[in-house]
Amino acid sequence: MALVSVAVGRSAARPLGAGEATGLLLYRNYLAYRRAWYIFLTGFLEPVFYLFSIGVGVGQLVTGFEFNGHEIPYAEFVAPGMLATSAMNGAVLDATFNFFFKLKYNKLFDQLLATPLTTADIARGELSWSLLRGGIYSAGFLVVMVAMGLASSWWALLAVPAALLIGLCFGALGMALTTYMRSWQDFEWVNLAMMPMFLFSATFFPLSAYPTGVAWVVEATPLYRGVVLCRELTTGTLSWASAVSVVYLVVLGAVGLALVRRRLDALLLT
Amino acid sequence: MILASGLRKSFGSFEAVRGIDVDVRRGESFGFLGPNGAGKSSTMRMVAAVSPVSGGTLRILGLDPATDGPEIRARIGVCPQEDTLDTELTVRDNLVVYGRYFGLPRAEVRERADELLEFVQLTDKAGAKVEDLSGGMKRRLTIARSLVNRPELLLLDEPTTGLDPQARHVVWDRLFRLKQQGVTLVLTTHYMDEAEQLTDRLVVMDKGLIVAEGSPLALIAEHSTREVAELRFGVAEEGESHEVLARKVEDLAERVEVLPDRLLLYTADGEETVAQVHERGLTPVATLVRRSTLEDVFLRLTGRTLVD
Repeated sequence: MALVSVAVGRSAARPLGAGEATGLLLYRNYLAYRRAWYIFLTGFLEPVFYLFSIGVGVGQLVTGFEFNGHEIPYAEFVAPGMLATSAMNGAVLDATFNFFFKLKYNKLFDQLLATPLTTADIARGELSWSLLRGGIYSAGFLVVMVAMGLASSWWALLAVPAALLIGLCFGALGMALTTYMRSWQDFEWVNLAMMPMFLFSATFFPLSAYPTGVAWVVEATPLYRGVVLCRELTTGTLSWASAVSVVYLVVLGAVGLALVRRRLDALLLT
Repeated sequence: MILASGLRKSFGSFEAVRGIDVDVRRGESFGFLGPNGAGKSSTMRMVAAVSPVSGGTLRILGLDPATDGPEIRARIGVCPQEDTLDTELTVRDNLVVYGRYFGLPRAEVRERADELLEFVQLTDKAGAKVEDLSGGMKRRLTIARSLVNRPELLLLDEPTTGLDPQARHVVWDRLFRLKQQGVTLVLTTHYMDEAEQLTDRLVVMDKGLIVAEGSPLALIAEHSTREVAELRFGVAEEGESHEVLARKVEDLAERVEVLPDRLLLYTADGEETVAQVHERGLTPVATLVRRSTLEDVFLRLTGRTLVD
């Protein structure tokens, strides 16, 4: 039995291209999650419940609502906010807890670095997985929205790519922050950042409710940019200002990804 | 296969490897022997192209790890000190997915995985979760995994640390077979028997430096005597400390080592030395004559002080 000799016709091991490496890491994560699909479900349901409770429930008490000069029902206002939130949730869940587990406990990245894969491959692969999860959540949520008649424009289809941008931004930032975490307790900070963003990023009420100074702060948060972008798409009120949100999310995501790679170098290639 | 000169590794102000020269040739089995903290693992990580070199030069398969890391890693196998198995995948998927990271086609990797499971006797565990494996099984799986890309060079960092005797012998047997098939093996260990069994040539490292180099037999010949006579003294001699006793017999051996419970006399002919000890009217309660081992060399070179 020739276990090691490279026999004729056998393929030789080689470094992978970036796309190929990303695909393999997605496949690996798919295999790992196959048995834990229900974990997938809870992250999806949370924003759906909020939509029913606040958007539909509380919405019965709220009459007429104006967004970008259009009169819309309250549920139609809240729904895109929840769409953006579900993209954020999906991405952050993987980028923080699961990323930390792979980094510190499962030693997955140490394993990957014994192969031709690089830290850049790991950063891209993991981010793509977060994106994919965020994207699946958002697509599912969009289906719920359409079924409930809460999307009033064909532009709403573009809410899925918009959600991917949100995932890109939050996934990259989440992973970057996670590389600085020392223990599970540190993740309280993640909750502390996400909870107010979820509640105050013009998800449940418009920006006009804030005094000017506070409104500026809110406008600078990534979730607000995502919420506004999704809302503009689902209500079909796109403008050039929407491009600001797109650029903002892409830039933040790219910076985060570069930081993740550098941090992985510092942590793993010692 | 590996060529290092003046190789250094430092972590902040701490120097783990302080300038070593190593030349590992194709087909040989080479060992790094040393106590904990000697710099073995740091050296292995540099050779595995996952740890930047702090000084000196290092070439692996003629390539520079600083620039050709992925190319080098594609051609070597690594069995790290701590198992880094993918606990979220099954035993077989660990091999299949790992093989795919090397750019190998799916069908080929599957075939290879089954072949390797057979080789490390884990075929019945193919569908099991990694967590359900024993320590020895995990180790074998890690070794199987390191072979998935048919490496030209296999790096094993303490391959049998923490395993029970049965499991160690299985691992040794598999490694010996690989050696026979011509795989270049490089391993670190602090087990002398492991080094004697598996390596053709080894270096002893201590505090980041190489303190001796050679085949196990040559090292014993160079740094120890052929035999060792171990003498234990009983209550009768209580009045006299081991140091006093040692002085009485020191001219009988090349070197006498005083331990809390016994004296070690390093000598060419142990039986004769024991007879001479008796002639001097000393009556050890127990004597043992044995061959010098690599352990004697190791302890002589790196001292008996506990290193953590």
